[in-house]
Amino acid sequence: MSFKRFLALFSTRNKEFFRDRSSLSWNILMPVLIVAGFSFAFSGDIGKQFKVAVLNESMANAQSQKFLKLKHIDFYSVKSTGYEIKNTVAKVQRHQVDMLLDAKSQKYWINTESPSGYLVEKILLSSADNNFDKQTVTGKQIRYIDWVIPGILSMNMMFSALFGVGFVIVRYRKNGMLKRLKATPITAFEYLSAQIASRIILIMVVTAFVFYGTHLFVDFVMNGSHFNLFLVFALGALSMISLGLVIAARITSEETAGGMLNLFSWPMMFFSGVWFSLEGAAPVMQSIAEIFPLTHVTTAARAIMIDGAGLIDISYHLIILSLQSAAFLLFGAWFFKWD
Amino acid sequence: MLATDILQVKNLVKHYPNVKAVNGIDLNLKKGVCFGLLGPNGAGKTTTVEILEGINHASSGEILYKGQPLDEQFRNEAGIMFQSTALQDYITVRETLDMFARFYPKNLDVDNLILRCNLTEYLDQDNRQLSGGQRQRLLLAIALVNDPDIIFLDEPTTGLDPQARRNFWDLINDIKAEGKTIVLTTHYMDEAYSLCDEIAIMDHGKIIAEGTPKTLLSENFNDAVLQLPEKELNKIDLSNLTTHIKDEYIEITTCDVNGVVSMLIENSISLSHLQIRPRTLDDLFLELTGKELRT
Repeated sequence: MSFKRFLALFSTRNKEFFRDRSSLSWNILMPVLIVAGFSFAFSGDIGKQFKVAVLNESMANAQSQKFLKLKHIDFYSVKSTGYEIKNTVAKVQRHQVDMLLDAKSQKYWINTESPSGYLVEKILLSSADNNFDKQTVTGKQIRYIDWVIPGILSMNMMFSALFGVGFVIVRYRKNGMLKRLKATPITAFEYLSAQIASRIILIMVVTAFVFYGTHLFVDFVMNGSHFNLFLVFALGALSMISLGLVIAARITSEETAGGMLNLFSWPMMFFSGVWFSLEGAAPVMQSIAEIFPLTHVTTAARAIMIDGAGLIDISYHLIILSLQSAAFLLFGAWFFKWD
Repeated sequence: MLATDILQVKNLVKHYPNVKAVNGIDLNLKKGVCFGLLGPNGAGKTTTVEILEGINHASSGEILYKGQPLDEQFRNEAGIMFQSTALQDYITVRETLDMFARFYPKNLDVDNLILRCNLTEYLDQDNRQLSGGQRQRLLLAIALVNDPDIIFLDEPTTGLDPQARRNFWDLINDIKAEGKTIVLTTHYMDEAYSLCDEIAIMDHGKIIAEGTPKTLLSENFNDAVLQLPEKELNKIDLSNLTTHIKDEYIEITTCDVNGVVSMLIENSISLSHLQIRPRTLDDLFLELTGKELRT
């Protein structure tokens, strides 16, 4: 590995990206426009359904069953594990769930600062004869825009990683640039590592720009450490760039590359919890989502930004992303062909 | 391998499914020669050159550069100019040269190279904005940036206008004067004749003729070509001569130029448009590879 050759490729690729104004603008503008659009769309009062999380639904007593039979309330079941209870209580604190009800013990949690929680409590108490055991929590409301921003940042990163590396490599292979580089002392490892390093830095710069730029007009929550978030995005970028390398390792047609990259990016965009929570989704879908790097980036970023999670809390996602990065990188480098 | 040999090729074979692209080639290239590899489309010359450049792998055979198999030393000391190479968008001529220079342990002075390849005016120009001739000169400069001992030029003047071609020939002659070894493929026989010390003509994956241009011509031809307008020659019987119609002219190929000219005078044919030319590499090429169209 020659650092001189690596730097030559790295700096040229950076110049190429930053001078391509239309691509750069689009990379920055797209997420800002999406956030602005969502911010506008969700700024007013929207008629919504009450949402109640239910513990021990199958063991519901008669009093609870009366409440659970009511229409126009979105009941969903949660497992009665310590982690799930803690997680759901946190959602009540953030106004994402209006009430958590233990259908067996008749204990319920509401947020005293939530108007919806207040109304759901009134409905619960008027529908049942016996008193329920009230637990109160407090917490600032987490708006949809707060919830969706980590996903949008992650999604933008995914497109930049997959298309920015995968598509570019295929284009260079098709137009003979890679063949020309093959005729020099450059090794595949030097070339690929320069592409990866360049793209990670570009992604981090663009993501930081979008993050702080968006923060100027949307006051979204950021309860965790900026360094932790940086780490998650850097690891996520590495993982998805490496996936791009695997896809682009041998393809010689830009059309095929575009199709393949879309084949990977679109399912990730919809089934990685960027736009909607996967809780309550079919178990098969949740299992599939676990395979996607975007799921782990989004979940970890969301945990940091909304819950203020530390590295230990998101270690599962960091480990998965690290393993995926290593696997994709090794396979991509081994499978890579210059022409 | 002699001390003067720089590249030695032994029984080179490259088979693709259903095609023998290269079918047993032997070559010995001496230091400082300009070697031309000629052949019709599909003859196997691009495959051969790509194998020599280390871009493609042979099915069998051996290639030795300075007595060693193609290795890192070869990649450091070889300069390569493909027929068509895309350059990175949004990068200037200067930056492109600097990037390639940093790939090699040994470099020519980039400023000097820029002067030599007439690139001074375009230094800050984006690669996308270069004309055909400017682009070819940049690709040549890239091929020279590592001060190579051996340079591969694959159809370097294809698509250039006559001035740009002549300009390019001057550059190649300068490189030759420095004692560099050049491997040139071209479709232009005048280019091969003008630049190459030795040529090899390939067809169907094999070398069918090899030597200096003059030797090959003298070995294959002892005749000349007389050319007259077709309308002038309609009056006489040429059935006992070898003739060929080209455009509106008739070409008579003969070993006895004096005899044919005397016959024309006896038949009162005007010689005011008569042209006599020696045989060329074009003739040799067509003679050896046939005249049917290759695709």
